[in-house]
Amino acid sequence: MLHLTWLIIALPLAGFVVQLALGRRLGDPVAGWVATAFVALSFVLSVGVYLSLLKVVAPVRSFSQTLWTWIPVSAGPGANGLHVTASLYLDPLSMTMVLFVTGISMLIHMYSVAYMKGDRDFPKFFLYLNLFVASMLILVLGSNMLVTFVGWEGVGTCSYFLIAFWFTRESAASAGKKAFIYNRIGDVGFLVAIFLTFERTGTLEYQAVFQDVNKIGPGYITAICLCLLLGVMGKSAQIPLFPWLADAMEGPTPVSALIHAATMVTAGVYLLCRVNPLLHASPDAAFTVACVGAATAFIAATIACAQDDIKKVLAYSTVSQLGYMFLAIGCGAYEAAIFLMIAHAFFKGLLFLGSGSVIHGLHDEQDLKRMGNLRRYMPITFITFAVGWLCIAGVPPFSGFWAKGDVLDNAWAAHPALWFVGIFTAGLTAYYMSRLTGLAFFGKDRWKDKSPLDAGRDMVEHHSEGSIPAPHESNWIMTVPLVVLAVFAALAGALDAAGPHLSLAHWVDPVFTDTLYSDNEAVHTEWLLAILDAIVAITFVTIGLRLWITRADRPKLESRVLRHSWYLNEIYDFLIGRPGARLAQFSSAVVDARVIDGAVNGVGTLVRRSGTLVRRSQTGYVRNYALAIVAGVVLLLAFALTRTWWS
Amino acid sequence: MTVSANWYLSLGAVLFSIGALGLLIRRNVLIMFMCVELMLNAANLTFVTFARELNDIGGQVLVFFVLVVAAAEVVVGLGIVVAIYRRRSSTSADDLHAMKG
Repeated sequence: MLHLTWLIIALPLAGFVVQLALGRRLGDPVAGWVATAFVALSFVLSVGVYLSLLKVVAPVRSFSQTLWTWIPVSAGPGANGLHVTASLYLDPLSMTMVLFVTGISMLIHMYSVAYMKGDRDFPKFFLYLNLFVASMLILVLGSNMLVTFVGWEGVGTCSYFLIAFWFTRESAASAGKKAFIYNRIGDVGFLVAIFLTFERTGTLEYQAVFQDVNKIGPGYITAICLCLLLGVMGKSAQIPLFPWLADAMEGPTPVSALIHAATMVTAGVYLLCRVNPLLHASPDAAFTVACVGAATAFIAATIACAQDDIKKVLAYSTVSQLGYMFLAIGCGAYEAAIFLMIAHAFFKGLLFLGSGSVIHGLHDEQDLKRMGNLRRYMPITFITFAVGWLCIAGVPPFSGFWAKGDVLDNAWAAHPALWFVGIFTAGLTAYYMSRLTGLAFFGKDRWKDKSPLDAGRDMVEHHSEGSIPAPHESNWIMTVPLVVLAVFAALAGALDAAGPHLSLAHWVDPVFTDTLYSDNEAVHTEWLLAILDAIVAITFVTIGLRLWITRADRPKLESRVLRHSWYLNEIYDFLIGRPGARLAQFSSAVVDARVIDGAVNGVGTLVRRSGTLVRRSQTGYVRNYALAIVAGVVLLLAFALTRTWWS
Repeated sequence: MTVSANWYLSLGAVLFSIGALGLLIRRNVLIMFMCVELMLNAANLTFVTFARELNDIGGQVLVFFVLVVAAAEVVVGLGIVVAIYRRRSSTSADDLHAMKG
């Protein structure tokens, strides 16, 4: 079945084409179900491919498929040819990605059918969603950097379309642009990395590049890795390119779950894992990755502690978890990064879908301070959400505990300072998620009162008048994905704990070079670290719940700096936005109006003035013209005569 | 006593100058026409003189061309003068400055 790998991509792409041609005609729920069916088929097929891949013998468990020659530039004199094929590469790493991307996409497609019900652009939503899945699969399955880049741009474009899906809202439109521009900055880094790689090795195929790692030269490797780091900073929302992810929450909630939590933002993590031999060859770059990851994890977690919008909390939490993954990669613990990525995809997807269910149940209310006691009204959402909450908080035996524990173990091996930041952030994570859960599902029914808390804030229009109707549980189309994801999120820890031969680490291990830092701590150190993780998680969960169930208003714990996300947006506005606007205004007022218009108008004025001047010679009197002719003749004669005399 | 070529040439030059001067000074279109004819014929005289001096028939042939062109020019020119006179009942060249820039 391996030769059907291309079909995994082709199915969602076909879904996209079908939506493009027939979407409007299929109409409200049918178009959504059709899109879901294509992705489901793709998922089934990838399970089949997975089973076939298992039969391939372990040490070289991989499969590559060349579809066609894409760029056939043959070698010219003194230069390497640029020969790029459109080819796919299947190994345990990409297989893992394919399985969870298609699986989660399927569930979220299904959820969207209910969530987007009645939307004006219902078919268009699924059109983008299908295109996104296809792009993501291209990204994951690409056998060379250029194919990956196509997918990379594809997911970026779909992300833009979907964030700005409700484009009539000014904030959504600008959030889409913001995401696109931030990603573009990162893409420059990725492109430069591709150029450098080609310059040094003459090929873009991952496997060929990895064989030539020694030929690249240490300086170049570091340069390539840092350029790639810039690329993945944009896509995976790391410092300093992360503010877009918070604004990306303007998109519909399923989009936040699928693209901005589970799949697209992890593309950066995947890419760094894919090029692990390069990172391995450049410890400096790897250490930079670890530091960026640790800093991002910490800063995003602090911001998440003080946000009121339920989706913003989850967005910053996503940034923070991505930081953890980068920390793991920087420590050379690729398996841990992949493990956390999968666990995170489950529990963060779950949390986002749960928040979507809450928002839906409360009729588009996103403010945590206007929720409360929802566990009474939305039992299924509450139970599944609670599973996600305990997972991300790192409470044993849920998956987050194992995944985060893995990362922290490796951070300890790399540098105790990294570990300390990690464990502190883990505590913050437990705290802010408990705050979120406490505010939304426990406490008083704050959604009842038109609270004076929000007097100054602009609310979503249809809440401003009348009382809010009682929240309701969502229907089965929305709860089924929640339950499935909750089961997976709870049990994902088994991926690690399943034993040495069945575990995820064993499965993806052949892809990765040896870890950078020897992971030879004694067993009791590991136990100690794990127990410490658990204690920190449980302590902070308790603190968070105790603080936020009783009161919803604790200004001391929500400092202004954190509410404004460390004023990063303001800083960027001051450093880049304002000077940019000033430059544009200067160009418009001075360069365009004076210099360019001045030159054009100047030519016109010159011609007109000289015309006015010369016009006077046209008197209309014949005698004047005759005189001019005579004068001319005299001059010519004089010239001719003097010439003959002189020469 | 034979009349040398210089006399003819001098006469031609004098006639040409009188014509040119008349063209510049006079306002009456008819007079100006006559001045143009005077200049043309001064040129003709010069042509003929040189044809005889240099023993070249070309000069005399050219004179015929000039005569033909002058005749045609007079026809057209006088036609215009008559047309203008009918409209303005004046033959002063200075009245015709409609083409002033």
